[in-house]
Amino acid sequence: MDYFLTEEQQMIVDLSRQITDELIIPQRAALDESEDFPGAILDAIAKADLFGVYIPEEYGGFGAGTFEIVLALEQFGRGCVGVATAFAASALGAFPILVAGSEEMKQKYLPDIASGAKKAAFALTEANAGSDASGIQTTAVLDGEEWVLNGTKQWITNAGEAKIYTVVAMTDRAKGPRGASMFVVEDSDPGFSYGVKEKKLGIRASSTRELIFKDCRIPKERLIGRLGTGFITVMKTLDKSRPGIAVLGVGLGQAALDEAVRYAKQRVQFGKPIISFQAVQHMLADMAIQVEAARAIVYAAARHIDAHPKDMSKASSMCKVFATDMAMKVTVDAVQVLGGYGYMRDYPVEKMMRDAKILQIYEGTNQIQRNVVGQELNKEYT
Amino acid sequence: MKIIVCIKQVPDAKDVRLDPKTNTLAREGVQSIINPYDRHALEEAVRIKENMGGTVTVMTMGPPQAEEILREAVSCGADEAVLVSDRAFAGADTLATTYTLSQAIKKIGGADLILCGKQAIDGDTAQVGPGLAVRMGMPYVTCVRKISAAKDKPFIVERLMDDGYDEIEIELPALFTVVKEINEPRLPSLKGKMKAKKLSVTTLTAADINADASQLGLKGSPTWVVRVFAPQFKGQRTMIQGTVQEQVDQLAEKILEWC
Repeated sequence: MDYFLTEEQQMIVDLSRQITDELIIPQRAALDESEDFPGAILDAIAKADLFGVYIPEEYGGFGAGTFEIVLALEQFGRGCVGVATAFAASALGAFPILVAGSEEMKQKYLPDIASGAKKAAFALTEANAGSDASGIQTTAVLDGEEWVLNGTKQWITNAGEAKIYTVVAMTDRAKGPRGASMFVVEDSDPGFSYGVKEKKLGIRASSTRELIFKDCRIPKERLIGRLGTGFITVMKTLDKSRPGIAVLGVGLGQAALDEAVRYAKQRVQFGKPIISFQAVQHMLADMAIQVEAARAIVYAAARHIDAHPKDMSKASSMCKVFATDMAMKVTVDAVQVLGGYGYMRDYPVEKMMRDAKILQIYEGTNQIQRNVVGQELNKEYT
Repeated sequence: MKIIVCIKQVPDAKDVRLDPKTNTLAREGVQSIINPYDRHALEEAVRIKENMGGTVTVMTMGPPQAEEILREAVSCGADEAVLVSDRAFAGADTLATTYTLSQAIKKIGGADLILCGKQAIDGDTAQVGPGLAVRMGMPYVTCVRKISAAKDKPFIVERLMDDGYDEIEIELPALFTVVKEINEPRLPSLKGKMKAKKLSVTTLTAADINADASQLGLKGSPTWVVRVFAPQFKGQRTMIQGTVQEQVDQLAEKILEWC
């Protein structure tokens, strides 16, 4: 379908597609097997200026918006959700600075993130704080001119690879959600270290580790925005970032559909290609319909967000749920179309199925997204 | 430093066929690409510019549609693009091509460094680089696999040989032709693509380059292509098997047969 992209948007698609076809797809199976971080691929993406797509020009970026980063992520997601996650996580880490950071902070950090010279990472989750962010136990205490951080963050994407971390910590527990603040922590800060690399079901090219803060001292001006606005910054960040996760589902769904159709055309059973059987045709048709519907809702939500509406949570959550649930279903069906071959690691669809699962979990589970949509409905209909 | 990279538009080798009737390349419907060796020359030029400063100008002689590869080169890091295009250039062999290119380069003020691919994958002559150097009065090194450049010092380049490599110290201005081993060409960048879109390509005609008409195109080309054919491999192999003694016996018998 034609989504009437501008010339610049089409350029982003073409460039991302070329990187995906020439660099990501040929390496994805090996990266999945070795669980190595795709440093060389990310360097190529950096050289192509794509790390800065959404960053304003005054900070060295391309000055485009959510929709443009979504277009790039769709292609990367079509290639490998692990590689795409490593790329996307840097944007997620940068958003708090972009939405709430001071001018000095933006000038200090965004140019390096835009050029890809330094990757960023976002750190919210802890052992006892996933969907319920109020369970955060990491603390930050002001001591003279420095903040002192203590605690452990869990399952942090890009941990150990990124140089810039945006971290949520409690600055006043008594105030509850209004007692959380966000900080920039740098890789080289004293008292900051990483836990072991997690072993995952899918997206194995991305790095997932703990962040450990033991009397980690950082300068006072690393506070992002005002004291106590940490959760507001988190919500604004996630509202902007969710279409990026949603579109990984679209790219992944498209990849699974492509594999399934290609296979169904060449696989012969009972003397005919299996695509000639209605049972298979209908599965493929349903996959195609779901992928296109997901693409439409994600594009619409991203464009909605770029118009800077007062309220973007509902659109952002709706597109995340729809596109990632779709990706799970479509990748499972792709494995089914490929049958026994699909279950083997010689074909890419089993990896796609493993990769799809995380999309329903990270950046807010799909259950939490439905809560958001439900709460918004409740407000709208009063 | 002013660097000029000479590039050529060639048919994509993945799609190309030889028309068995005419013995010419069947170019219809075949996608045109930048000659792969020239991509390495461009990449090296951009790297030298990034390290030492200067400008990279890409130049091609060809029909108007060759502008596409110039824009692609700009999206990969070149600064300026020159299309040398005129009906009078048609049918040029390497002698006429080097004359035309050298006139065009002189027209735009010469160069400190000229880089070319080792050869083009369609003609495979490997003559244009050296020929151009001679016309420009520059020293040249072919088949360069490494360039070490430092400010105010002679360049040190490695020339790939069958049995190793030569290390050559050379002062600029000079021309090098490069092999694939020299680098890994980058993909286009977003900013490069934007620049390429807006770029106005300079076009130079025969009149613009003050060319002597008798040295251009078919008229200026002493090369006559008598016949083009795909060579057939006629070599035959025989595997000699058995114990060492048996193999030696069989081989000796064959040698005697051939004598």
